[in-house]
Amino acid sequence: MTTAQAAPTASGRLRRTPTRPGNALARSRNRWFWAFVTPFLAGLMVFVYIPIAWSLYLSFFDARNTVTPTKFVGLGNYAYLLSDQLFLNSMGTFIVFALVIVPLTFACSLGLALLLHKIPVMQAFFRSAFFLPTACSYVVASMVWRMSFFNGARFGMFNTGLRGLGLDPVNWLEGGSNYWYWVVLVSLRLWLQVGFYMVLFIAGLNAIDPQVYEAAAIDGARGFNVFRSITLPLLRATSIAVAMLLLINAFQAFDEFYNTLNTVRGYPPYARPPLVYVYLISFGEGSQDLGIGSAGTMILTMVILVFSLVQSRILSIGADK
Amino acid sequence: MSLSRRHLFTLSGGIAATAGLAACGSNTGRTDTAAPAASSAAAALPSVSVWYHKYGEDGVEQALKKWAAEYTKAKVSVNWVAADYEKTAAAALLTSSGPDVFEWGTGPSLDMIQAKQVVDVTDIVGAAKADFTPTVMKRLTFQDKIWAVPQTVDMHLLYYRKSLLTKAGLQPPKTIDELIAAANALKTKDMGGFFAGNDGGLGVLGSFIIWAAGLEQISADGKSAGFNTGALYDAVAKFKTLFDAPGMLKSASTDWYDATPFINGETAMQWAGLWDMTKVQAAHQDDFGVIPFPAIGSGGRQVVPFGAYSACVSAKAKDVDAAKAYVKAIWVDDDAKQIEFSNAFGTHIPAKPKLFAQASKVASGAGADAAKFVTDFGHIDDILWTPASGTAYSTALSNVVKSGKDAQTEFTAAADKVAAELKRVTG
Repeated sequence: MTTAQAAPTASGRLRRTPTRPGNALARSRNRWFWAFVTPFLAGLMVFVYIPIAWSLYLSFFDARNTVTPTKFVGLGNYAYLLSDQLFLNSMGTFIVFALVIVPLTFACSLGLALLLHKIPVMQAFFRSAFFLPTACSYVVASMVWRMSFFNGARFGMFNTGLRGLGLDPVNWLEGGSNYWYWVVLVSLRLWLQVGFYMVLFIAGLNAIDPQVYEAAAIDGARGFNVFRSITLPLLRATSIAVAMLLLINAFQAFDEFYNTLNTVRGYPPYARPPLVYVYLISFGEGSQDLGIGSAGTMILTMVILVFSLVQSRILSIGADK
Repeated sequence: MSLSRRHLFTLSGGIAATAGLAACGSNTGRTDTAAPAASSAAAALPSVSVWYHKYGEDGVEQALKKWAAEYTKAKVSVNWVAADYEKTAAAALLTSSGPDVFEWGTGPSLDMIQAKQVVDVTDIVGAAKADFTPTVMKRLTFQDKIWAVPQTVDMHLLYYRKSLLTKAGLQPPKTIDELIAAANALKTKDMGGFFAGNDGGLGVLGSFIIWAAGLEQISADGKSAGFNTGALYDAVAKFKTLFDAPGMLKSASTDWYDATPFINGETAMQWAGLWDMTKVQAAHQDDFGVIPFPAIGSGGRQVVPFGAYSACVSAKAKDVDAAKAYVKAIWVDDDAKQIEFSNAFGTHIPAKPKLFAQASKVASGAGADAAKFVTDFGHIDDILWTPASGTAYSTALSNVVKSGKDAQTEFTAAADKVAAELKRVTG
């Protein structure tokens, strides 16, 4: 046995002997790695990457009522959408929405986080209370907002309040030159997502070393100065992440718009963000225009990407200093 | 909940709304096999899977399943799709496990025909084509081929209270001026004059303005919009007068597709569907009448929009001939089933006018008026009117009526969009 094993060269022995137990470990680690990762990877491939790739493929075809199109149209679907005034208008709608909802949610969730971060009593209760709406579905919340709170009839909840104050009831979702529907849409999204971002900010705040605050206090920093010079800069990573998530979410706005404003005879011509518009023209009324729909989602993806890159670039200026 | 459908009408809205509301979350997608216990003979028969959306009226499902079970030349299974029928069916049609026979609002869409998802059924309709309501058959025919067999006809109507009009010394309105006058005259402190939805009728009435002004959605040559003329601008201005009229009720307990406001006395006149007639009759007995949407302008005409769920045969059917044979047996050859469908559940109009006399609910009174309207004043979205075209038009209309923008600018933009759409779908 030993003589047989001694036959290999010295260098061969050196290579093999010490690595033998390691190999087994690595193999077993490898096996577990794949055991755990494969299902997710497979799911990701089947339900995310293949559909995205397929969607990209479809966007170059005239693909009405088929997923295996034959009529190649090149960039025709993209040109169609980019020259469609209503699609461009829907981008305008999104920008208005994002300009309001992103800073507002950011400020409210940061404010709540700061308030709750140092609260001495019932902190867990308040955190849960503000976080709870996150668990509510957009569809359910839209129904409550539409039918109860902001019902345009005089018995709607807010209208009842207005009448109590001697004011005229408001037809919240009327549209046209009546812009009250923005109150409905913005308040709905704010309520649903503020708790989630609050939790992110609380986590960020907890990660700041208390010694920094102590040092600042010794140097005489007080109140807003502490917030501006210590809390905000040290929260930068969290802030960038929150701002980016908020922007992406705003871009993907669909549920609350659709469920608040859609009627039996279709979606009204106002408050139509890009996803809603693309949905209406490609899947409206039982149709399936997968080419236009795919081109629309590709355009939106590109825009989200550009916006996110620009935003993170702006927010991280000076981060490394 | 998107309930209206492409190219069908419009009226599907009401039916489907009822269905959708009643059926939230209950769609199991399960196929109920209605065939009787399998025998050795049954095993040799071809199988046909038939899909229906959930009708709001009680008894329809049982009847359709009974007919399927009674059919002897194939093993027919019925899939009763309780919610989101069109999305479900449209997605299934892309696969090999879709329906063999399926109903679609007033025939398959242009996209379905062009994508060869449905087969031509001209042969099974044959000479019976002349029996069906011509306005319906015209819509089901594309490039000289018939693409579906109408099952039953449904429509929208303007309901009015006879006694209230008589008291005000008015005739049922035939023009929009008369409608505006009547709405204002009938309005009281507790009752609105005319109700057509909580959006002031823009959603449901908007697309009828084109027809009521004597125009068409698409030009005769199929290459451009047919609506972008001075007559439309004038008609829309008139519609704006109606929209802003004090007699126009803009919020009620339900939306237009449910006649409850008319029944409750919230409004003296309401735009609603034929599907409401049974309920209205029960509440007001003979004290109500129905009329088409009134004419607008000098070249105008009265209009009723109709829809007809029609049986289509999938090109991927396991046995296309067996599927066609079933459609022929149920909807072309068997007049008794047409009559049963019209009499037994709610109010429907048979797709064959010669059966009107035997369909008790449309043989006399308001039902008979309604049945006649389909032939005389019936309109339906053009097969070339795509969702993008409809969206462009309704946006222009809303901008003009609600935001006071210039009609010519807005409708010219919409017409350009329609022309681009036509080029895209027919090019």
